[in-house]
Amino acid sequence: MGTSFGRGGATTFQQDLQNADCIVIQGSNMAECHPVGFQWVMEAHERGATVIHVDPRFTRTSAVCDLHVPLRAGSDIAFLGGIINHILTNERYFREYVVEYTNAATIVGEDFRDTEDLDGVFSGFDAEKGAYSPASWAYEGMQVASAAGQREHDGHASGERTGSGGVELEGAEPPQDRSLQHPRCVLQLLRRHYRRYTPEFVEETCGVSRDLFLRVAEALCESSGPERTGAFVYAVGWTQHTVGVQYIRTAAIIQALLGNIGRPGGGIMALRGHASIQGSTDIPTLYNLLPGYVPMPHTEHYGDYHEYVRRNSPRTGFWGHMEEYFVSLMKAYYGGAATAENQWCFDHLPRIDGDHSVYVFTKGMLDGTVKGLLVLGENPSVGSANGRFNRLAIAKLDWLVVRDLVEIETASFWYRSPEIETGELRTEDIATEVFLMPAAAHTEKSGSFTNTQRLLQWHHAAVEPPGDCRSELWFMYHLGRIIREKLRGSTDPRDRAILDLAWDYPVEGTIAEPSADAVLREISGRGPDGEQLGSYTELKKDGSTTCGCWIYCGSYADGVNQTARRTPHDRQSYVAPEWGWAWPANRRILYNRASATPGGEPWSERRRYVWWDAAQGRWTGEDVPDFVATRPPDYTPPEGATAEDALRGTEPFIMQADGKAWIYVPDGLKDGPFPTHYEPAESPFTSTLHPAHPTNPARQVIRHRLNPIANGRHPALSREVFPYVVTSYRLTEHHTAGGMSRFVDYLAELQPAFFCEVSPALAAERGLEHGGWATIVSARAVIEARVLVTERMRPLRVQGRTTHTVGLPYHWGTNGPSAGDSANDLYHLVLDPNVHIQEVKAATCDIRPGRRPRGPALLALLDDYRVRAGIRRAAR
Amino acid sequence: MIAGPPTIVSHLVDTRSHDATGAPRSMGFFTDTSICIGCKACEVACKEWNHVPQDGLDWTGESYDNTGCIGANSWRHVAFIEQARPVRQDDGAHGDLRWLMASDVCKHCAKAGCLDVCPTGALMRTEFGTVVVQSDVCNGCGYCVSACPFGVIDRREEDGRVWKCTLCYDRLRGDMEPACAQACPTKSIQFGPVDELRRIADDRVRTLHRRGVSEARLYGADRDDGVGGFGAFFLLLDDPEVYGLPPTPVVPTRDLGRMWGAAAAAAVSMVAGVVVAALRSRA
Amino acid sequence: MMVDRESGTGSRSLRPLELLRRWPVLRQLTEGDPLGLGRAVRSPHTAALRPRTENADRVVGSICPYCAVGCAQSVYVKDGEIVHIEGDPDSPISRGRLCPKGSATKSLVTGPARLRTVRYRRPHGTCWEDLPLDRAMDMIADRVIATRAATWQSREGEGDDERIHNRTLGIASLGGATLDNEENYLIKKLLTGLGVVQVENQARI
Repeated sequence: MGTSFGRGGATTFQQDLQNADCIVIQGSNMAECHPVGFQWVMEAHERGATVIHVDPRFTRTSAVCDLHVPLRAGSDIAFLGGIINHILTNERYFREYVVEYTNAATIVGEDFRDTEDLDGVFSGFDAEKGAYSPASWAYEGMQVASAAGQREHDGHASGERTGSGGVELEGAEPPQDRSLQHPRCVLQLLRRHYRRYTPEFVEETCGVSRDLFLRVAEALCESSGPERTGAFVYAVGWTQHTVGVQYIRTAAIIQALLGNIGRPGGGIMALRGHASIQGSTDIPTLYNLLPGYVPMPHTEHYGDYHEYVRRNSPRTGFWGHMEEYFVSLMKAYYGGAATAENQWCFDHLPRIDGDHSVYVFTKGMLDGTVKGLLVLGENPSVGSANGRFNRLAIAKLDWLVVRDLVEIETASFWYRSPEIETGELRTEDIATEVFLMPAAAHTEKSGSFTNTQRLLQWHHAAVEPPGDCRSELWFMYHLGRIIREKLRGSTDPRDRAILDLAWDYPVEGTIAEPSADAVLREISGRGPDGEQLGSYTELKKDGSTTCGCWIYCGSYADGVNQTARRTPHDRQSYVAPEWGWAWPANRRILYNRASATPGGEPWSERRRYVWWDAAQGRWTGEDVPDFVATRPPDYTPPEGATAEDALRGTEPFIMQADGKAWIYVPDGLKDGPFPTHYEPAESPFTSTLHPAHPTNPARQVIRHRLNPIANGRHPALSREVFPYVVTSYRLTEHHTAGGMSRFVDYLAELQPAFFCEVSPALAAERGLEHGGWATIVSARAVIEARVLVTERMRPLRVQGRTTHTVGLPYHWGTNGPSAGDSANDLYHLVLDPNVHIQEVKAATCDIRPGRRPRGPALLALLDDYRVRAGIRRAAR
Repeated sequence: MIAGPPTIVSHLVDTRSHDATGAPRSMGFFTDTSICIGCKACEVACKEWNHVPQDGLDWTGESYDNTGCIGANSWRHVAFIEQARPVRQDDGAHGDLRWLMASDVCKHCAKAGCLDVCPTGALMRTEFGTVVVQSDVCNGCGYCVSACPFGVIDRREEDGRVWKCTLCYDRLRGDMEPACAQACPTKSIQFGPVDELRRIADDRVRTLHRRGVSEARLYGADRDDGVGGFGAFFLLLDDPEVYGLPPTPVVPTRDLGRMWGAAAAAAVSMVAGVVVAALRSRA
Repeated sequence: MMVDRESGTGSRSLRPLELLRRWPVLRQLTEGDPLGLGRAVRSPHTAALRPRTENADRVVGSICPYCAVGCAQSVYVKDGEIVHIEGDPDSPISRGRLCPKGSATKSLVTGPARLRTVRYRRPHGTCWEDLPLDRAMDMIADRVIATRAATWQSREGEGDDERIHNRTLGIASLGGATLDNEENYLIKKLLTGLGVVQVENQARI
């Protein structure tokens, strides 16, 4: 989403779904995973909206939608690409919106070659490295700086990205052909790229009949134009693929073509699964980012401060103020120690020099380079793909700190785990020292969560935490305090940064809990006199302002905790601007300047939202305008204007260097400017589109003997031995890796056992008995589950043959009242190259009746499968 | 204003259990299964509020239903019915697959068998027209169990007493919605004055019929049925049997009045006989 | 029959007149409930029923800790204990509703499965041991300092080729998506100050 529109968050808010004329839920099982948010889809439905669920399984969402479209897991780009082709072929795009607000008219340089030219790869591909150089993707006559803050779902396009893109060349804007006829204009390139994504191709690839596909395409096309809008809803069903970012990009292209971004009832709603997963991306506990999507400095390319700032500040768009954001952050981090002379302590910052994401450092644990691990409210032994890889890695650590509400599997690996059961690990042999620290619950601490629509909402501590239970705020603050005390007086240069850290938070109560309120004040930012700032536009690069996260600047405006506001919904408009606080600047629909025509009028009365009030000389409407408030629609930037001043009054995507929605992404993605259908890393099928490159050529593979992948050397053998698609998902009754649900009596009883879902046809094919047990085998693991035979799992016809899917809810592990095998043990570590997310929505498996073997016999069975699939040679 | 008033009618209902004068009103549930998403929030919210114990960790394989039925330890039960049959073929909407979900609960019958047979006065009709068990009075005799045509009322093994939905009697006394209705994400469970709910339900059926959902019908909204209508009635998308509900429930004590009449007549005639006999003997 | 087991007040303590007044037959006749199905059989416990939330010392505004819909919750506290959690009807997002997980929040935060003390497993140990919290914090601080010192990378190369590292790859951190923004902020700030770059959360899961 970041690469397409400029910001890595849902473009709209849940309540606005009620205004949509059409809602396509794809890659999300919203009724089951976000039931309370789903009330807004039900409201839209009651008002006559067409609600469509595109999903491999018939779920509780499908049950109440107008249309369920079963498609093969891992084929969404083929389906959505088909819709793009349909829109273009039938000229159904919203022409004025597309010409004015997207880069459809922009002309791309001559060097660009499409996958259609190069049989499955774009120009710039280095086959040896398995990586692209995007130089040839640039607009004609220039390079384009991609927004520093661009991030996909829960993600973060390549913050360690090297300087290949960089700032734009000197010179004017790229040429445009507003007639959209130039053969190298984005729209024509798009047309070429998707011309083979016909209804017939969709049917053959996705298993969706032509009729059904056309009904979806038409429903979307009919919800487009000045009077009507449609919305997309997705979740991890799209992100957890080797081409996950490109899944979302495909929807972004559709929404841009149909004119659905920035308008009520439109948008792309990203549904996230943890209370503050958006917040932990905005204020990142991620290796490649600093707060507010400011990139971490890179060893190789950000050698000095000026280069770092230059490379991350495009001349145009709001990222042009990156230095203001960065300097204010460094003042928040290092306080008085950060000065102009020492370049705001730039050299205190640690440097990244590649991929330090979770699976990469888990490999580092296996290799022995990573020795200590903090696990803070996460259960990777169950939640991470290839659980065995994770657990064997943890067993190599010197020390491990696990902080959670209950004893989760990640803490008990040393005496209770599948590897202990098979004999691969012996308790006495494991040298890892484990600290299991009881955590405080949300009712025992104050703080803010950022929900799925970028809304910060404060929760107040209701009671003191029991016993030794403590918040992460307490843990980190006191850990830092103790470490700083122990290092006090150190003259070692490496200790300078930790001793210079501004680390003096007030503490409260008997347990000396740091004040979350004080931390939020620091995040929101202060001016020269210590007053709380109102907006990021007040930030300065002279060191006079401090701000811990620029996109959260203003969350404590006027000295009031804006995130704690709770004006009842029936006392304000449906946009509810006085409930909590949304970034940026309390906006609820992003890019909402696009809800008006280029001239500033609402597109229609029915879809009125934000418009130009000529009398007042400002933008006004239902929401905070996402635009310079007093900039008229006819504004033309003067010569030499920079940052947002360099964008026209008709360019709503103010975080983008050209102010436009990017149908074509000239830079910022590691796997191409247009989404292309590639098969999952493990698939029963090969691509008919590009047989030479059936899978994402830029996919990221964690190479390790504990991560064998089918389809590699002997795809035919692999497909014979692992003939079925296996997909994982959540149930309403449980939460993620189960730490917050399997241990709760009232939830455990609702779904008390790990089960698999199979169609009657697959059950018959493999002799599976409803209510009995099945053993599921992948190249990584052997697990067992109870069998639920259901018509809701449907065999599909793909490439002329029938294909079956095994469905697995992934909540279970060895601990708690409701224990069971872990679905994620089956999955491999082949990742999306942009955001390093694993592909747990589509891999391959075999399924057989009965329980799995115990002890070493399990490893023997796994070995037998690998040998038969040609993944490893038989031992002599 | 772009978003007008929400159309799911429950928001228009005044859910206070007392009228403006403070007098209690007849309150109940209208469970509209056409918008149920089977999330089971009702089951959990009920248990949390009423401290209902866990009901075991048995996996049933009955679609997504592991609760099984209403009982002493499950006062709400969401049924899941998977149907592979042609439905709405005219627009092909759901193809040949339908997954019905319905949250079942005590019906709070207007003529309640459990209430009639309770010898201890543990069962009572409240000022809101609902039927509750007073746990401090119940002696566990179990007569009510067989008197319920729905199998709702059930004895708890641990303490021998019977337990069932109280329609959150304690909450109603404070003008609060029952826990299940408040939690319900889609307002499939609507709470309000029974008369008003009946009107809403009739409207809803008409709306669904207009949209081509011809199979929509009400269950338990008819005051002339065998239990005098339910205080908690339903909109179903198939025959009641499909949901495990009796098609024509009859309160076993329906004939109680006639029986009492007959008994009284017998008593009178017996007394008369005795008197006559006594007079005769005196004579 | 008249003993109120819940409240402990029983008919034994009642005076004869009161006893008579409570005699069910009399109540049936005097309270307009001749069949004895309503008010007349109401026990003192039943008569006294009120929602327990009315007795709460305070109601605290909160947000559901499970998924990212962001439903608002009201937490009812009495005598320092949470007595109930339910949806806050004021929220424009959730309008008072909660899913089964959100509805189970009180069990989540007060349930018996919760850890209340620090558990420690020594290297090669075969059981959990007790460890005072302060001692645990001190030991963890020592581990961080020692591992950091042992695995520190300051810089490599010389002159134009010189590259700053300023970091340790010996320590990693995982988690944050279930935590507050303020907590994520301190995690990232402290670990960045310590030169720990391998900081990750569930965003990639």
